[in-house]
Amino acid sequence: MMTGRFFAAGADRRVLVTIALLVAAAVIVPILSLGVRPDSALHMPPYMVALTGKYLCYALLALSLDLVWGYCGILSLGHGAFFALGGYAMGMYLMRQIGDRGVYGNPLLPDFMVFLNYRELPWFWYGFDKFWFAALMIMLVPGVLAFAFGWLAFRSRVTGVYLSIITQALTYALLLAFFRNDMGFGGNNGLTDFKDILGFNVQAAATRAALFSTSALMLALAVFITWRIVSSKYGKLMVAVRDAESRTRFLGWRAENVKLFAFTVSAVMAGIAGALYVPQVGIINPGEFEPGNSIEVVIWTAVGGRATIVGPIVGAVLVNAAKSWFTGALPELWLFALGGLFVLVTLFLPKGIIGLWDQLNAARQARKAQDEAAKPDSPVEPPAAAVRVSAKSSDWKPDPAAEPQPAE
Amino acid sequence: MILAMGISAHMTVFRGIGLTLLLLLQLALPARGDEAALREIIAKFAAAKGFPAIEAVVRELGATGDPAVEKVLTALSEGNLSFRKSDSQIFMVKEDGSGVSLLDPLSGEPVGEAKKSELTKVKVNNGLRGVIRDVLGTLTLGSPDASGRLAAAETMFKSPDPAAIPTLDTAIAKETDAAVKARLEQARASAVLLSDLPETDKLAAIEIIKARGDRDALSILTSFQANAEGALKEAAAAAVSSINSSLEVWSGAQNVWYGISLGSVLLLAAIGLAITFGVMGVINMAHGEMVMLGAYTTFVVQEVIRANAPGLFDWSLAFALPLAFLVSGAVGLAIERGIIRFLYGRPLETLLATWGVSLVLQQAVRTIFGPTNREVGNPSWMSGAFDLGQLAITWNRLWILVFALVVFAALLYVMNRTPWGLQMRAVTQNRRMASSMGIRTPWVDALTFALGSGIAGIAGVALSQIDNVSPNLGQGYIIDSFMVVVFGGVGNLWGTLVGALSLGIVNKLLEPYAGAVLGKIVVLVLIILFIQKRPRGLFALKGRAIET
Repeated sequence: MMTGRFFAAGADRRVLVTIALLVAAAVIVPILSLGVRPDSALHMPPYMVALTGKYLCYALLALSLDLVWGYCGILSLGHGAFFALGGYAMGMYLMRQIGDRGVYGNPLLPDFMVFLNYRELPWFWYGFDKFWFAALMIMLVPGVLAFAFGWLAFRSRVTGVYLSIITQALTYALLLAFFRNDMGFGGNNGLTDFKDILGFNVQAAATRAALFSTSALMLALAVFITWRIVSSKYGKLMVAVRDAESRTRFLGWRAENVKLFAFTVSAVMAGIAGALYVPQVGIINPGEFEPGNSIEVVIWTAVGGRATIVGPIVGAVLVNAAKSWFTGALPELWLFALGGLFVLVTLFLPKGIIGLWDQLNAARQARKAQDEAAKPDSPVEPPAAAVRVSAKSSDWKPDPAAEPQPAE
Repeated sequence: MILAMGISAHMTVFRGIGLTLLLLLQLALPARGDEAALREIIAKFAAAKGFPAIEAVVRELGATGDPAVEKVLTALSEGNLSFRKSDSQIFMVKEDGSGVSLLDPLSGEPVGEAKKSELTKVKVNNGLRGVIRDVLGTLTLGSPDASGRLAAAETMFKSPDPAAIPTLDTAIAKETDAAVKARLEQARASAVLLSDLPETDKLAAIEIIKARGDRDALSILTSFQANAEGALKEAAAAAVSSINSSLEVWSGAQNVWYGISLGSVLLLAAIGLAITFGVMGVINMAHGEMVMLGAYTTFVVQEVIRANAPGLFDWSLAFALPLAFLVSGAVGLAIERGIIRFLYGRPLETLLATWGVSLVLQQAVRTIFGPTNREVGNPSWMSGAFDLGQLAITWNRLWILVFALVVFAALLYVMNRTPWGLQMRAVTQNRRMASSMGIRTPWVDALTFALGSGIAGIAGVALSQIDNVSPNLGQGYIIDSFMVVVFGGVGNLWGTLVGALSLGIVNKLLEPYAGAVLGKIVVLVLIILFIQKRPRGLFALKGRAIET
């Protein structure tokens, strides 16, 4: 019944329920993993914890994209870059934690640097032995990059597909850069063979459970922040910029600042997602910068439903669970399925699963209201529009008017 | 290793002229007369102890100037020369199962067999092989074939020997071919530098070598300069610096050529996109896969030709071009009718849907043809290279440049001079008005998209000649193509041309300084910055149609 209410009620309740579920998961999963005997049916093996933890990181990444794409109309095809940068910052911290336990036993230099004949630590590796510094960089590096990039792009009014293409160029350039051995980030192989995080063994079941909980709580926090942002006055401005940028500008708002704020916050969120992802999968390499990865994030968001806060989370988890299953059972067919998903979702499900659910519900409620209205003195109010910010969602139609409009 | 390659390179030269030589041997009577003398010298191999002694015999053979000694020297350098212990007679040997067959050192005719234990090998080392090569090089100065004489002159230029000056003088006097004569003079000049001839001769020699102006000339002058004194040293230094600066110009020109070549590849890849993205405003992420389909069409055509009519192989690209256009065009038409037409006006959704299509196409090709690279051959007229000054230009790159320009011109013609092009431009500029004028806009859309896709297909035919044909072929081009179109300015074919060539040239000019990867990164960053400055590209369309 609870799930019924969860989907039927307005966006606010839906968000609150999501937060509650995430917090509950953060508590229950460690119990199932650590507190239950391994032979019990309820036991959750560590690989499962790491896998679901990975999904939650993807969900956080999808949510960050939703903030800019769903609410602000900026289709970034480079969000994987922010994710990977956060991941690299975390990876650098984890590399420094290895200390002299590496293959070459060098107390200062990570193995790959010894291998590549580095004499001393490159300057940008300083400070990463401290967690607070790494944590700062996890947010700062993607944030500053997004701010600089966005400042340039939005100020000169690069919009729509042009923006999408240059964000893709951004992640492509970073991909090429990180593949270089002399960048000092491990080149092709990336950073791996991690040992400790904050003094705990990364492989240990308890650490994995803790990482899962952290991911769940972070996601819950991100959901809360996104929800507060989009339901504020600023959130309305974002939607205004998305739907009619020129009009918003003519009304006196600085559209570029609205976008810049959303883009930067979103990049920081993506960076955090990457940082949580790396210790759970145990490796970060330049492959994370692949433009294809970033586009895949877009499809998670689209499947779940953009401009809904819960949608991207549902989409990321569903698509990735499907990916895990397909690549195990029918690896040949996965790309067909993913490609088909792109086409079908854009053609038939422009608002994603959540949007479809809302539509079905709205139709049912309308029928019910009609039935009720037939009886006199009915106490039922007609249902309010389902969502506050995304009030357009209920009457959204796939017509050109939904995109940013020409000013003429 | 390098030595071995040098020898084998020479061997091919000799094999090429071997037949002619044999014929000549039958006719050339003077050579007959000397045969006894030659055999006498060859017999000395048996007595020669140690490498210096063997080298002396080799030089003596070379001094005869008789091309007939080629076989025996070649056999020696390959370690196939032995003498019989019993009578010290020299033979070329060929291993033949358990025993060894003996060949006459001059005629190469089989003359008997022997056991390995009965023979002693004439020893050879790398130093000796070098001497043999030089001697052989000198010998071919008398070759009736101009390319043989040219190769000989080259060898003598690179390993100069003052003792060869008289031989060269006679060769120069006899030479009729101007190119060979110039080479011979250069070879003589490089020998003069090492000789005891007076300073004026050496100065003249420096001038001759300077005029040659390539890397070999540079290395000869540099080593000469190190040991020379006075006016000679100055002249050599001046020549070295002049060669250096001219080489720099040439290497700059070479980079520009590489850039133009890369630009033509980019142009081919992007020109179809310029139609679908530029003219129609449709973001086709499956564009790279259209290129890939064209490349695979070429592969299939070549397979069919190999199996059924190998003689037509040089024509395979001519068959592949229309087929690739049709295949990619048909797939493009299907995509437009099936997906894109429902998404007009929603560019971001189009982007996602076509990305999905690209994944499906990639996986389909992977399932049908396998994930590995497929072999697509070059027709003979596209293989090889030629030199233009100091530039090395490969035929396939040159043909691709020509092809790209032809495709560009054809497209320009279609767009600007045909009714279909007129309709296309009308729909681009004002869809509703065009529709009111009776243009069937949906069909114009469909055909325009098919045209863009078809052109991507024929680009695939060309790119199959220089790139690996794999399911990922298209992925490598899609981002570059978008960069070209966006940089050049959407909706403008000339912008695409200028964009492709300038990106190609900038990329290649940056490479020597920044390396290939960093150069590419710099170009990407420059484009990102450029778009900030001119969000609509180099050649932006003006007017209300595109202002948002």
